[in-house]
Amino acid sequence: MADTPKPDELAKIDHTPLVFRGWMDTQPEIRPGIACYGSKSKDLKYVDMPNPRDWSPFDDDWKLPENWQETIHEGFKDRLDRFRSFKLFMDICVRCGACADKCHFFIGSGDPKNMPVMRAELLRSVYRKKFTVGGKLLGRLAGARELTEDALKELWYYLYQCTECRRCSLFCPYGIDMAEITIMGRELTNLVGLNIDWIAAPVANCYRTGNHLGIQPHAYKDMLDFFTDEIEDITGLRMEQDLNRKGAEILFITPSGDVFADPGTFTCMGYMMLFHYLKDLGLDITWSTYASEGGNFGYFTSHEMAKRLNAKMYAEAKRLGVKWILGGECGHMWRVLNQYMDTFNGPADFLEEPVSPITGTRFENAKTTKMTHIIEFTADLIKNNKLKLDPSRNDNLKVTFHDSCNPARGMGILEEPRYVIKNVCNNFYEMPPGTIREQTFCCGSGAGLNAGENMESRMRGGLPRANAVKFVHEKHDVNMLACICAIDRAVLPNLMEYWVPDVEVTGVHEMVANALVFEGEKKRTTDLRGEPLPGMEDEEDV
Amino acid sequence: MRKGLDTARAVVDTSLKNILLDKRSSIIKKWRDVIVDTYPSETQRFIRKEKDLFANPVGNIISKDVETLYDELIKDGDDDKITLCLENIIRIRSIQDFKPSQAIGFVLQLKKLVREMLESKTPINGLSGELQAFENRIDDIALLAFDIYSQCRQKIYEIRVNEVKNQLGGLLKRANLTFEIPEQEPEL
Repeated sequence: MADTPKPDELAKIDHTPLVFRGWMDTQPEIRPGIACYGSKSKDLKYVDMPNPRDWSPFDDDWKLPENWQETIHEGFKDRLDRFRSFKLFMDICVRCGACADKCHFFIGSGDPKNMPVMRAELLRSVYRKKFTVGGKLLGRLAGARELTEDALKELWYYLYQCTECRRCSLFCPYGIDMAEITIMGRELTNLVGLNIDWIAAPVANCYRTGNHLGIQPHAYKDMLDFFTDEIEDITGLRMEQDLNRKGAEILFITPSGDVFADPGTFTCMGYMMLFHYLKDLGLDITWSTYASEGGNFGYFTSHEMAKRLNAKMYAEAKRLGVKWILGGECGHMWRVLNQYMDTFNGPADFLEEPVSPITGTRFENAKTTKMTHIIEFTADLIKNNKLKLDPSRNDNLKVTFHDSCNPARGMGILEEPRYVIKNVCNNFYEMPPGTIREQTFCCGSGAGLNAGENMESRMRGGLPRANAVKFVHEKHDVNMLACICAIDRAVLPNLMEYWVPDVEVTGVHEMVANALVFEGEKKRTTDLRGEPLPGMEDEEDV
Repeated sequence: MRKGLDTARAVVDTSLKNILLDKRSSIIKKWRDVIVDTYPSETQRFIRKEKDLFANPVGNIISKDVETLYDELIKDGDDDKITLCLENIIRIRSIQDFKPSQAIGFVLQLKKLVREMLESKTPINGLSGELQAFENRIDDIALLAFDIYSQCRQKIYEIRVNEVKNQLGGLLKRANLTFEIPEQEPEL
């Protein structure tokens, strides 16, 4: 202890870290754990995207094409001319700050450039310098700056830290949609070949093979066969599904995540069981190994790419000659459908307005898209007493519901999932207001940001959601987080493992299938995950 | 629990304890400020102002857990509670833009705050033994904070690795492209 510092020496030690300075002078460090890997040349080439090359955001040299500034400025001008909303969003923000603290990435990271207003300002500053008189003359005084390489890197870093969830836009008095600003900004980065690997590769795979992972038709069939065996083990009933069957009344399309990734696979088994249940009641439905992806990562690349990938759904519906399309539990798939499909590839005059063959209910909200969300379809079945349900089979679950951003904010699906959940399980607890329904907090990994290399960013973005789950977990002992989105099902288990380790994640149709009582089924002892049903812990089959 | 916590605890004497109790709210406020000041200035305003736990989890967790941590620290506190408070704060800071030293440095800064407070009120010499014990205890808590920070970072990497393994391994298995040795060889 001879070298123990004196009290006055100890008092001089300063542990305070450096703090932030003016935003234009602060260049972010592009950090591993936050940024995603750069897109690969082969993937961009496959779908004819410009300036394909292998590059890394962690290198100093991003291998930008020689005329990159000109390309972005021209692309900017083109979009300002084509999209009036974009022009408005560039001009009308008064920086009132109403959106500033509404972004899950800002709340979780504390990085002010993740405030929606600041993220947009990164792009607006470039806009002002190039396209406004004030910006050209007054420069920084008018909030304008040159599009330098550093400015581009900063822009890229933060555009790919936005999940396009649109929570901030709820609070904007002008209705500025930050997601649209991100969409446009990402389009501009794509003009100079700066996509991320986790978006570019699924886009190329989806375009070539039909789904994000590049799973070929025989593997897709193998998976459904595997699930058929699993379901038979649990129920004693063989629930074969139809694939690529021409002349079926309905085509079913779901995200490939449901078919290939846990716990989405249990939701997939849930769909299969529901369809089998309804077969005798008149359901005539087929799956497709070609339209084997409901998700659309083209939407995170450019409008044109989203349109190309969306077209395959219509093409397959036409090829099979179905009357309408039923869609699985997915997030952005529904935003694309609800807001873009009509003008991308519509009108789908060869299809008919969806009508439930079981209840006769006409889904007028899908009059033009001809595609209905399975949660609406199932809620209608329950409302019309068409399903025999035993909710006590889910009595081991204390459930809360995460409104997935796109179905909730993008198309107003708020009541149907709650109605279904309350009919298939007995213990349901809402998270606090301000974290659900229209104001739901994002999972933190949407819009193509569910890559692995940005895990810290995902944990930051998901903090507000996890914080609300933690609250109901501590208050009501909630142990299951339900959702109706495949990306949610893929990412929320990891988010829970970090923030609220005792909570698992499920799709709603997994719980529906657990509760569904089949005629002729064997005594059910386990749920779809092979876990014992409540009261069946000592059964031999478990 | 760390052995050092127990040994240091017994020595924190009542006179210093009384001062720390007396100055509780002032020190807690300063300690909170020390943490909040590590964020960019634009963020500090939000973290301080917004009182809704769900709109501002970072600010509210810091606020609540710093208070509990201080209270547990100056009394013969519950080690589990101390660990929990540190976990709540550090789990957040370990995924934010902080270096490890910045993420947990706030623990050590309590020493500075207490000394500054004592210098303005009381001659330190009279309390040197108690102060030394109290500061030893803070050092122990700082080491505990280091452990927790490491665990959080390790958890992130585990999650990352498991995600990759589940994606690749699961797919290969389901496509029947792998063969695993069964637990029981089938009888021929």
